[in-house]
Order: sequence, then structure tokens, then C-alpha cells
Amino acid sequence: MLDHDLIQRTLGAALRTGGELAEIFVEDKVSSSAIFDDGKVEHLTSGRDRGAGIRVIVGDTTGFAHTADLSESGLAAAAEAAAAAARSGGGGVRAAALVAQDAPRPNQIAVLPQDVPKAKKVELLRRADDAARAAGAAISQVTARYGDSRRRILVANSDGLLTEDDQVRTLFSVMAVASGDTGMQTGYQSLGRTVGFELFDSHDVEDLAREAAERALVKLGARPAPSGTMPVVIGPGGGGVLFHEACGHGLEADLVTKGASVFAGRIGERVADPRITLVDDGTMAEEWGCFAIDDEGSVAARNVLIEDGILTDYMWDLLRARKEGRPRSGNGRRQSYKHLPMVRMTNTYVLAGPDDPDDIVASTPNGVYVAHLGGGQVNTATGDFVFGMTEAYLIEDGRITEPLREGNLIGNGPAVLASIDAVGHDFAMGSPGMCGKDGQGVPVGDGVPTLRVPALTVGGTA
Amino acid sequence: MAAHAPELLDVAARVAEMAKPGEQVEAYVARGTSTTVRAYGGEVESLTQASSAGVGVRVIVDHREGFAYAGTLEEGAVLDALAEARDNAAFGEPDEFNGLAEPDGVEPADLDLWPAGLQAVPTADKVAMALDLERVTRGRDPRINGVRLAMYSDSLGEGAVATSTGIRSWGRAGTSYLMVQALAVQDGETQIAGGLSVGRELTDLSIDEAADDAVLRATRLLGSTKPPTQRITLVLEPRMTATILGIVGGMLNGEAVLKGRSPFGDRVGQAIASPLLTFVDDPTDARSLGAEAHDGEGLATRRNELVVDGVLQGFLHNTYTGRRSGTASTGSAQRGIASTPGVGAGALAVAPGAGTHEEVLGAVDRGLFVTSMAGLHSGVNPVSGDFSVGVEGLMVRDGALAEPVREATIASTLQRLLLDISAVGADLEWLPDGTGGVTLVIPDVALSGA
Repeated sequence: MLDHDLIQRTLGAALRTGGELAEIFVEDKVSSSAIFDDGKVEHLTSGRDRGAGIRVIVGDTTGFAHTADLSESGLAAAAEAAAAAARSGGGGVRAAALVAQDAPRPNQIAVLPQDVPKAKKVELLRRADDAARAAGAAISQVTARYGDSRRRILVANSDGLLTEDDQVRTLFSVMAVASGDTGMQTGYQSLGRTVGFELFDSHDVEDLAREAAERALVKLGARPAPSGTMPVVIGPGGGGVLFHEACGHGLEADLVTKGASVFAGRIGERVADPRITLVDDGTMAEEWGCFAIDDEGSVAARNVLIEDGILTDYMWDLLRARKEGRPRSGNGRRQSYKHLPMVRMTNTYVLAGPDDPDDIVASTPNGVYVAHLGGGQVNTATGDFVFGMTEAYLIEDGRITEPLREGNLIGNGPAVLASIDAVGHDFAMGSPGMCGKDGQGVPVGDGVPTLRVPALTVGGTA
Repeated sequence: MAAHAPELLDVAARVAEMAKPGEQVEAYVARGTSTTVRAYGGEVESLTQASSAGVGVRVIVDHREGFAYAGTLEEGAVLDALAEARDNAAFGEPDEFNGLAEPDGVEPADLDLWPAGLQAVPTADKVAMALDLERVTRGRDPRINGVRLAMYSDSLGEGAVATSTGIRSWGRAGTSYLMVQALAVQDGETQIAGGLSVGRELTDLSIDEAADDAVLRATRLLGSTKPPTQRITLVLEPRMTATILGIVGGMLNGEAVLKGRSPFGDRVGQAIASPLLTFVDDPTDARSLGAEAHDGEGLATRRNELVVDGVLQGFLHNTYTGRRSGTASTGSAQRGIASTPGVGAGALAVAPGAGTHEEVLGAVDRGLFVTSMAGLHSGVNPVSGDFSVGVEGLMVRDGALAEPVREATIASTLQRLLLDISAVGADLEWLPDGTGGVTLVIPDVALSGA
């Protein structure tokens, strides 16, 4: 992506006034998207973003600058700005010779989306629109979106690291609106993988569209969600966001080391039922949050965070791992070359447990069954988190009965984690997610088996 | 506008002038610089100096629309974007209402949004502000034992739109802000809350204002408990009001209406809110940080009344939705480099009602004063209007603030909340996102807790 001598000279320029580490992150991202809305192809969009971010670290201070100008002079100017931003250090530090390192790709890409004719992408959208509208006369509006991106990155630093990755992602989503006497309801379903256009060899967009439409139709007859504290059973694949919010963010080392996490200082302690093992895994082939290297050049890894209920580790980025003198965990990520990296999740999931999913429902006299969760949010300092239920049902006498309208659930991360009393053997990964933190969004995946929280607060009105 | 022809407008105009016969071409060109300083533990944690630029090109031919963008103004990349937009247009479906904006004779407001002094401020002064902000916040209260984030940030930007249909617009603006997140600890419990100070010039900012805001918000939540499930009167502080009205504003946009995704689509002329409520979108109001003289299609922004005395007046439109609705753009096109113009409010604000914050609160016997909401993206559905969010706040007893509560939700529908408003304060507060809110009272809302 960039001449190695030029990289070496840029790192040298960045360290001219001293510093412990200089890093260059080069990114070249092409993307395309198409929207089918209101019965027609609205428009196609193509985009290109290319540039470099340079950081210089002196003590606890990071200087950072970025540029879209990848010429010798453009990079030199950015290196100088980053060096000036970092407090002046001892001086005379030399960048080590670069040694190229290969990291294994989680999976191969069969069909690059940019090689696929645009007409084929548009055709997928049309098929999805047809299938959603055919699902019921009450479907009044459909929006189908296609998107792909190819993000090539290069990371080099003054320790001599030089490594690259080529990340291809393909996404398809459908939102359907159903209209009835009770007003309008929406249903959403999405599919995203770190693969190319071959995604559609193994997945039918019609299925996706029908699922979105069904979700909207079911909610037309839904009753308001109950209000108050009750048992909540979460279906397989639908509830990974629970762990993402309930404890995932609280296990990010930047928050932990600043005292902004309720999980600080709890390594080795029991934080959950022995049936719970939580993993963050950037190597999980084809999943939405996978890659070969993170955005600091660390190789992706499978990290066990909670093992049999015991908190085993946090997630780390380069700076905090260096400071603690511990191995990196492959969790240093950034939205683009314009952003500084920080600790982020990849694919976060709970391993399958011993319980029969049907028994979990049958042994819950009354409560709520959540088949699909929407997004969530957490206050890591208190551990309080919310997440939305986009498809949910009442549980009455151990049976799943009436559909419920949308609402948020609220709980406290450590309390919920410690209270989970059933874990199914039916693991599934969920929908692709975009995790936001301090204004940066990165793609993440999650997954869970069926599980039960004996007491969660359901934010309904009934 | 500056006396000289801005260079950026020339860049946009050159692209627009490349339109072939039968083709409409629009170029939106923007560039900006920003400085961000984060302080932590008495040191500079990071200092970022950034500059960025980009172009978005829209081509309409035979009523088909295509779009492409590039994150640079290099000539080759700009030409590539034009070529890609042309190619993409071939795949859009014809829509008789597709077409670029045309000059509509509305004069742009004369707004001075450019912080001329900010450019001369040395970086060292910005660093000092971030360091002071952390130090002052830590020293404010013995219960504050840390600061997760203390930040100074500013940005200066300019943007231009030129079209083959005769649009030529240019504008520039800048803002700066201080943000701090304070950690309050007592008896093993930690609470975190943020404080802000926002302005255009660095001299508009107040370290005390940001620190006091964060410290008050974090410390007053200490000892909070989960309230019982009940129906209760909500007292929304101005920033909560602004957040909710921002969502309502999105439901009053012409695109949502035309595509059958707004529950208010057929309600013009009808009461959709309490007669106490009036709100307008007025990007020509320089008090708002969302103020702009031009919208994303280069038309002059204007004052648009959305709800007056509870009655829905109309919707916001860009050129496409205005034309298709049989009306015209309201100067409400919103966009970034990477997307075609959508429709949205720029400076939505509630018209002040009667009474100070204290007077409005003082009239509530028993209620919940809401100071933060969580899960707006997952619990509020702008199509159905279903509304369910996590809240923190303080109970109100006999008109005074009482014990803090957390881990609870409030739920209703947006339609219901608007109709039930029983008091609108006069305490207009402008928020960082450009919206303006007041204290609102809404009785009989479901609160889920223990």
C-alpha cells in the first residue's frame, strides 16, 4: 500500500524530537451501497476514503495527526504535527528496521464485491422488496439496503512491526412497515459477514425479507409490554447484546484502569453462574467482527473473559498492554485513519450450556420471552444497562403466548450476570452490530444460547 | 459571505460545470480542521491535530439519480467521483420528482458563525484548558475521586454547494467545547456524569460551568436506588425535552411522511400536542449552534413553524420531498460528504412557556425529575411512536427535589406524551446539538422499577 522506505522515513520523522513509539496506520477503503425504498431503487452510492494516521507516544502522552495526502510531503507534515503534539522527549530515538509479518486471515474472500456488476446488487434488492410485500397485505412499506466495503490497512511502528490486512464486508438489511387499525409497526432483519458477494450463495434475501415482514405483522396484533420486574428468557442468537452491554464494555481495559468500570479489581472472582463462559474472538471466521490484525497491528485472538463463571481477563489495546507488560489481546480498534484506536470488542459470545431450551421456557411460570434484541447502552461506572426488545412474547404458565410491543429492558450488569440461572445448549450467533464508543463505530458480532435472567425490569406500560 | 469568491466554491462550481447536456450535476465540497486535547492524571493523554476534506457528487439524468464521494479534494479523486456518480445514475430508477435544487429567491440570513479569534489561539492555551478542566473538576468535591475524560475540542469548517441548475452557496462556521466526565465515589458506589461548556470562540467557554455541571450530576446520583413500579408525573429538564423533541422533529420530515413512515402524516391542521406546546425549526437563529445560512442543497435556511399551540402546521422538506408533496423545499436538506441530502431540522426549539424552572418544578406534588435517558436508539420507534427508555433522576416531593433513583424505565408513546404536556417552562436552554429545550411536565407516565 505504501513504499517501505517511505514508511521508515515517516516513522523516523515522527521520532525526530524523541518519543517511545511512533506508528503509522494507512487505510484505503472503497465502499458501495444501494437503497431500495418506496417501491424503487432510490440510488447507488460509491465512496473512497484513503489516508494515514500517525501517532507518537511520549510517556503517557499521545500526539496524533492524520492526512489524506499520502505523498512524501503529506506524510512528513503529519509526522511533524504528531511529534509536535506529543510532549518533547529525550530525542535521538531511532526507528527499528521494519520486519514484515503475516497474520492469518480468518477466512478467504471468494468474490470481491467490487467485481460484481451493479445490476446484480440491485436485483437482490428488488427480490427482497417483492418477498416482503408478498408476506402480507398489511405490509405498507419496505426499505432494503445493500452495502459492501473493502478496507485495506497497513500498520507499521518504530518497534519494527509491519503488517497488513484486507477486510471485506458485505451487508444486507430489510425494514418492513405494517399498517393496521392500531397504527404502524416495524420489523427489521439484517445479515452481515466478513465475506464477499458469496454471502448470497448461502443466504436467500427472500428469507431475510420475510423475517422482517413477519416481525412487523406479528407486532400489529401485539399488546403493550408489561411494566415491572419479572423473569426474562432470551432466545438463541437474539440476545448477545445483553452480554455486550451487561459486562463487555466493563471489561475494556481503558475503562477498567480509569476506575470507570464496576468490574475493576475483580479478576479471579466469581462473577457469574458456573455455566457461563464468555469469549471475545476476533478470529471467528466470517463473523462481522473478525479480522487478521486489529488496527494497531496486533494479531486477532480468541480471549476467554469469563470462564465457568470466574472473571479471567479484560480486553486490551497496545498502549495499556505495553504499560502492564502483558501480551496484547487484539482489541485495539478504530473507526478510520482519522481516529485514535481504543479498546473495543470483536465477536463476543457465551458458549452453549447444559440446559434444554424448551425446559427453560416450561419452567418459567410467567415472564417475557425475547426472541430478538435491538441495540443497547451501558453506564460502565454503575453497570446499569438497557437494551431494546424488537421481538418479544409473554410467557404464561410456562408457554410462549402473545406478542408484545417494543420496549427497553433495564438491569444492572454484575447483578444480572450473577443471577442467570439457565443456559441452553442451542448456541447461535446474532445479527451484525455497530458498536459505538466515544463517537467511533466499529463492526461487532455477538451470540448466545437460550438463557434466563430471573429478574429484569421490563419497560412497558401495562 | 466573504467579499472574495471562496476557493472552495470554485472547486464545487468547476465540477457542476462539467454537466453534459441533459444532465444535472451537484457538487458538495467541504473541508475543516480540528484540535482535540484530552487530559488525564494531570498529563496530556492525547493531542490530535486533524484536517479533512471531501466531495460528494450527485448526478441526475433522465430523472435517475446516482451519487459518489471521495474523502479528498485531489483532482483525480474528484473526477473519479463524478464518473462513478454518472455510472451509478444508470442503475437508479426514474422518478419524475428527482432533480436538483434551483434558486428560489429566498435571501440567506446574514449570520456570523465564524470564530475569528479561535484561529489565533496557540495550541498551548487549548492544552492548558483541558488540564485545568481536569484539575478543577477533581478539586470541586471530596467525593470526586477521578475524571474519566477531560477534553477540549474545536472545529472550523467551510462548505460549498454548486449545481448545474444555478445554485452557488458557501458558508463557514466553527465551534469549540469543553467536556468532562466526573466519577463520584461514596461507600463503594461509583457514579459517572458529564458536564459541558459549548460556544464558538474559546473565550465563550467556561471551565467552571463544565466542572460544576459534571460534579453536580455525578454527586447527586450517589445513593440512588431503584424506585417502585408506578404511574408518575415526569418533569423533564431542558436537555431531556430537547432530546425527545429532536425525535419528534424527525417524524415531521417530508421523507418519513411521503413514505408512509410517520404517524403524523395525515394530521396537518390537527392538534397533535397540548395547546401549551409550540416548536419551530429556525436555523437562522444565531443563538443555536446548529445555525446555518444555507441548507445541504445550497438553499437559504428559513424559520419553519412545525407545531403552534399544539396544532401541526406542516413538515420539513428538501427539494425532492417538497416537489413530490406538491409544495417546495423548506430549506431543510441535511447532509454530510458521504450521503445524498436527507431532510432534517437544523435548530429545533420549543417556544418558552411560563415560569422559571423552579416555579414549574415547585408546582409538582409528586414526580420524577429526569436527568438522563438511555437506550433512545433501541427503545424509541419513530414509526409506531412506541417509547421506552432507561432513566436516572431525582424524585420530586411537594415541589422539591428529593432522593435519587436509577435502574428504571419510563414508557408511553410519543403521541401520548405530546398530548399530555401540562406545563411548559420559560427556561429556554440551547444545547450543543443546536436544539433548544425548556422544562416540561407530563403527568401519568408508566415508570417500571422494582
